[in-house]
Amino acid sequence: MKNKYGKIALDGLLFNNPTFMLVLGTCPTLAMTSNATDAFGMGVSVIFVLTLSNIIISALRKLIPSTVRIPAYIVVIATLVTLLKLFLNKFLPDLYSAMGTFLPLIVVNCIILGRAEAFASKNGVLESAVDGLSTGAGFTGALVIMGVIREFVGSGSIFGLQIMDFGIPFFTMPMGAFIVYGLCIAVFVFVLDNVQRAQRIRKTRLLHGAELKED
Amino acid sequence: MLSMIISVVISAALANNFVLAQTYGICPFLGVSKKTSSAVGMGAAVTVVMVVATMITYPIYMLLVALDIRFLEILVFIFVIAAIVQMIEKIIKKISPPLYNAMGIYLPLITTNCAVLAVCEITSNALVSGTWEPAIIAGVEMNFGFSVLYAFAGGLGFTLAMVIMSGMREKINHLSLPKALQGFPITMVTAAFIAMAFYVFTMINLGGGA
Repeated sequence: MKNKYGKIALDGLLFNNPTFMLVLGTCPTLAMTSNATDAFGMGVSVIFVLTLSNIIISALRKLIPSTVRIPAYIVVIATLVTLLKLFLNKFLPDLYSAMGTFLPLIVVNCIILGRAEAFASKNGVLESAVDGLSTGAGFTGALVIMGVIREFVGSGSIFGLQIMDFGIPFFTMPMGAFIVYGLCIAVFVFVLDNVQRAQRIRKTRLLHGAELKED
Repeated sequence: MLSMIISVVISAALANNFVLAQTYGICPFLGVSKKTSSAVGMGAAVTVVMVVATMITYPIYMLLVALDIRFLEILVFIFVIAAIVQMIEKIIKKISPPLYNAMGIYLPLITTNCAVLAVCEITSNALVSGTWEPAIIAGVEMNFGFSVLYAFAGGLGFTLAMVIMSGMREKINHLSLPKALQGFPITMVTAAFIAMAFYVFTMINLGGGA
C-alpha cells in the first residue's frame, strides 16, 4: 500500500516529471523563471490548483458523464484559478503583478487538464491527491532549478540575494529561457538515463551472481 | 493613423511576437511544427480563432465591467473560446470539407492554446487601464479596432514563428545528435536563436505616431 503511493510520488517527481520529461506547461516555465522567487510562486500556485482539481475531479468522477467531461474539468479548474487570483490579489500583490497574464493562463496549463484526464478520472481521491502534490512538486522543482540558474547567470543573485557583481542580462530574457530550458531537459534526460542503466546493470549482475552460487 | 496601424502590426507580429518574445502558445509551437504544411494549417486556425475570440470577448468584457463582475472573466473567456472553436469547426465542416480536412484536426487543440486566452486577457486589461499592459505600443489609444488588429497581427506572428521553426526542424532531423539532445532540447535551443533574430525588431522605434 505504502509502496503504491511511493511509486505515484516518484513518477510525478522524476520519471514523469511534467516539465523535463513530458515537456508540458511550457509557457509559464519559460515566462516565470527569470528569477527564482517568481518561479517558486508560480510553482506553488500550480500545486494548489492541481491538487485541489485532482481531488475534486476524482471525487466527482462517477457523477460526470464522459461526453461532457472536458467542459466539466475546465469549470472546476477555472473556478479554482479564479479563487487563487482573488487570494493573490488580496494577500500577495507583488506576486500577483509579477505573474500578470500568466495567472489566468494557469487554466489552460496542459499539466492540470492532463492529470485530470489521465489520472484523477480513473483513480481514488487519496491517490489523486498524492499524484497532484507530487506532479506539482516536480513542476515547482523544475521551475526553481531553472529560476536559480537564470537569476544567477542573468543578474548575479539567488532569490533576490546579490552574490556576484555582474550578470549577463541575456539569460533573463526569453532567448535565455529557451536555451536554459533546452539544456536543462538534455541534462535531466542524460542523468536519468544513466542512473536507470546503472540500476539495470546492477540488477542483472546480482541475478548472475545468484545463478553462479547455485552452480 | 497609418503609422499607428503599422506600429501595432510590427509590435504584435515581430517585436513582441507571441511565441518568441512573450512565450505564449509554446505547446503547439513545439508539437505541431514538425512539417511546414501542418505548421501553416495550425497558424491559420489560431489566427482565425484569435481574431474571432477578441471580437466577441471585448464587448462581453465591457458588459462584465459595467455589471461589476470582473472576477468572472476567466470562466467567461474560457467558455467563449471553447464555444467559438466548436462553432468554427462546424462552420468549416459545412462550408468547405477540403479546408476542414486540412485544418480540422488542429481546431480542438486551440481551446487550450495559451495565445488565444492571452490575447483576450491583454486586450481586456488594456480596456480597463486604457494603455497596453506590457507597454507594447506607446501612444496608441485602446479601442475595439486596434484590439482586433492586434489579435490578427499576433496570429500572423504566431504563424510566421511556426513556419520558420518547421523549416528548421526539417533540416535538424537529418543531423546526428547525442541521444540526450534529440527531440525537445535541440528544438528549444533552435527556438532561442530564432528569438534572438526577432529581438532585433525591438530596436525599431515604435512611437505610434505620437
